Amino acid sequence: MTSILFTLICLTVPAVLTAPRNGRQITPSTPSIVTDSIIIDPIVTDSIVIDPIVTYSIDGSITDPSIQPCPLSMCPHPGMRLPDESSSTSPCYCPPLPDPMIKCFRKDFPQVARAFHNSSRLDASAIRTHLIPGVRKTQAKYGGRHRCTVLPGDGIGPEMFDHLKKIFIACHAPIDFEVVQVSSSLQSGDMEAALTAIQRNGVGIKGNIETKHHDATFKSRNVELRHRMDLYANILHCVSIPTIPTRHNNIDIVIIRENTEGEYSGLEHESIPGVVESIKIVTQGKIERISRMAFEYAKINKRKKVTAVHKANIQKLGDGLFLKVAKEMAAKHYPEIKFESMIVDNASMQLVAKPQQFDVMLMPNLYGNIISNIACGLIGGPGLVSGMNIGDKYAVFETGTRNTGSSLVGKDVANPTAFIRAGVDMLRYLGCDSHANIISDALWKTLTVDGIHTPDLKGTGKTSEMVRATIKNIRELQH
Amino acid sequence: MATSRLSKGFARALHLTPSSWAPETVNREMKHFRSAITPAAQKMPGRYGGRHTVTALAGDGIGPEMMEHVKGIFALAHVPVDFEELNLNSSNIKQGENDLQEAITSIQRNGVALKGNVETKFDDPAFKSRNMELRKQLDLRANVLHCSTVPTVPSRHTGINIIMIRENTEGEYSGQEHTCVPGVVESLKIVTRERIEWISHFAFDYALRHGRKKITAVHKANIQKLGDGLFLKVVNDVSKLYPQIKCDSMIVDNASMQLVAKPQQFDIMLMPNLYGNIISNIACGLVGGPGLVSGVNIGNDYAVFETGTRNTGSSLIGKDIANPTSFLRASVDMLKYLGLSEHADMISDAIFRTLTERMVHTPDIGGKHKTSDMIRSVRDYLQEEMDLRK
Repeated sequence: MTSILFTLICLTVPAVLTAPRNGRQITPSTPSIVTDSIIIDPIVTDSIVIDPIVTYSIDGSITDPSIQPCPLSMCPHPGMRLPDESSSTSPCYCPPLPDPMIKCFRKDFPQVARAFHNSSRLDASAIRTHLIPGVRKTQAKYGGRHRCTVLPGDGIGPEMFDHLKKIFIACHAPIDFEVVQVSSSLQSGDMEAALTAIQRNGVGIKGNIETKHHDATFKSRNVELRHRMDLYANILHCVSIPTIPTRHNNIDIVIIRENTEGEYSGLEHESIPGVVESIKIVTQGKIERISRMAFEYAKINKRKKVTAVHKANIQKLGDGLFLKVAKEMAAKHYPEIKFESMIVDNASMQLVAKPQQFDVMLMPNLYGNIISNIACGLIGGPGLVSGMNIGDKYAVFETGTRNTGSSLVGKDVANPTAFIRAGVDMLRYLGCDSHANIISDALWKTLTVDGIHTPDLKGTGKTSEMVRATIKNIRELQH
Repeated sequence: MATSRLSKGFARALHLTPSSWAPETVNREMKHFRSAITPAAQKMPGRYGGRHTVTALAGDGIGPEMMEHVKGIFALAHVPVDFEELNLNSSNIKQGENDLQEAITSIQRNGVALKGNVETKFDDPAFKSRNMELRKQLDLRANVLHCSTVPTVPSRHTGINIIMIRENTEGEYSGQEHTCVPGVVESLKIVTRERIEWISHFAFDYALRHGRKKITAVHKANIQKLGDGLFLKVVNDVSKLYPQIKCDSMIVDNASMQLVAKPQQFDIMLMPNLYGNIISNIACGLVGGPGLVSGVNIGNDYAVFETGTRNTGSSLIGKDIANPTSFLRASVDMLKYLGLSEHADMISDAIFRTLTERMVHTPDIGGKHKTSDMIRSVRDYLQEEMDLRK
């Protein structure tokens, strides 16, 4: 009996698991009545997700042609039509199985059944930018239009900005761009022009500037920018987007990372030949600042829990100070927000095993770098998440994981989502909420409903296709 | 409907038992599960009359319970190993210094140790981490973990087979910190060329001995140009001496993202101390959790075996739900190191069959069995094997 069930499961997986491909119509599914009643064992670790692209069967052949795919546990869109190989526009459909089969399956394999339960948040507001704490006075507002400094950087930065400009124009966003070229090939001194421009305009949007690590005297321009503008908080919002093939669902983590001190102090020296000392400096004032930013963010966006990530068992004074300050602030000023702390190695393991447990994560500089990359990898890759670098006076927006993407230049395959969302973050920061929401919702529609995915999300769409579809969706939303 | 070959990963995910696999597959997986540690080059100092003496440091948390299980299994399998048990735990700070010196002397005498984790309370800055002190004083320069997926243990990735080689004594774990001005703390990260050369040679020799093809050096040289720049430079210089092994490098944030997205691309990862800690925890999380992987701390003279991710498991004491696999695999590694391969393989096969045939899984890997169930099953298989050999 068990072996027959196994056979059935193996045979039902084909094509049912195929993720919606480009150009297919997908409408959000209503929660199936049967999936709601699946008993979920609390001790059981989170569900297994099988790569939706690969299809399976036993021994390479189907012996029983009457075997049908199981609707609820496998198909993310129960009750809809399976993608037909010949026609690319037919919706998804899973024919129903007789009831006893369904019940058996659910009882014996709750893990697998749960594995394909779709993300519960099918709403476009999932990727809208959050409220950003702090009171800002608007700068450089001439004739009702804001001015923004653009640093295209290296790699795919310049292409992405062209796309972003097109989208802003389509949306009639009141932003003018001032482009300042800073790239790793130019000499030092060009940063001054960029910094002055950002000081004048108040906001900046940048691509990544590559740091050649062969030359020890070449200061990282990205780090220099953050230090000089005092952009002390780096905020990423990692949220799962339905229809993007990932191994985890329902992730919604905000990562708040200290951006200026710690391991990135740049203070190193070779005390004697063969021995290098790197100094990590942490100060109470900056830790207080970043903790306050984290708790304020959690408070105004109605988040429930803040997790501080540290390594205080090894770096007792440094991370011990971090932990102490964060704990005291939580206890004294924000008693309604739950505060917990976790050692960084345990945190990374939990993040990989069960990322749904995290809400807001507060971290020093280096751990923040690694953990934010893990979180971005979990929700689908570096092309999806945008990051804000916020200071008291200035803000610079960029992609979350700061990749240069030099291998993707000119190929029209890079994922523009991260840059577009950086633009949306900027609009939100400047207070242009309606424009921010329109672009965000249009982007959501492009990714989920239109299903246009670039190759890094295992799709076949092109950057230009995605941008065109987003502009079309913007126009639709405006009318 | 398109058809294709059955994916091993899918079979594993659905807990298809090895009884439905071909015997060659079962044997291959069982051999892969066995410990890859090679016997020590030097003669073991603690060997008298055909029996080895090994230091046992139970540590905190579930360490003592696990040690009892190991002793029981060794007794059943007639393993010629005697344990010299020592207390090393976080309970008494004043006592702790003496305990630590005793433990170190014992390990110097025996050459080999099996340890649980000693919890480091981070409230008191004067309390030095006992684990770190042990590693520094015994000069255990390399920490080696073998992360590979185990059939039938649910994990989101398949085909992972990564060796993590991590520098174990210097770097961010130097313990040198001070408050220069109230409110400002400086921590020093110290790296030396000598140790990086040692660990690089170790990694390339390991690759040669075990037939591995590629080493990935993980660094953050774009930010820490001198520190990690030195690391990269030394690894590159050493790699020129081993032209048959491919060597490339990756920045640590990209490496962690790649590890989460596509872990099958990595073969051996060579890392400084802190990045190694985080990346090995990610890899252990990917293969199924902290209960499965064992790690070895190796130096020129001594070797200390422990669980891979060094968890104390204080919340699991007495509940009989902890996963003993990592501790048992650590003991198997130790037997291999001592040259007792036959016993090591016997115990390893018993653990493999417990996990895959009888599917005795503890709650951390998604099952409902208890630790005692698992130990009983391992003992049953061992007894079977012992009866066969009589």
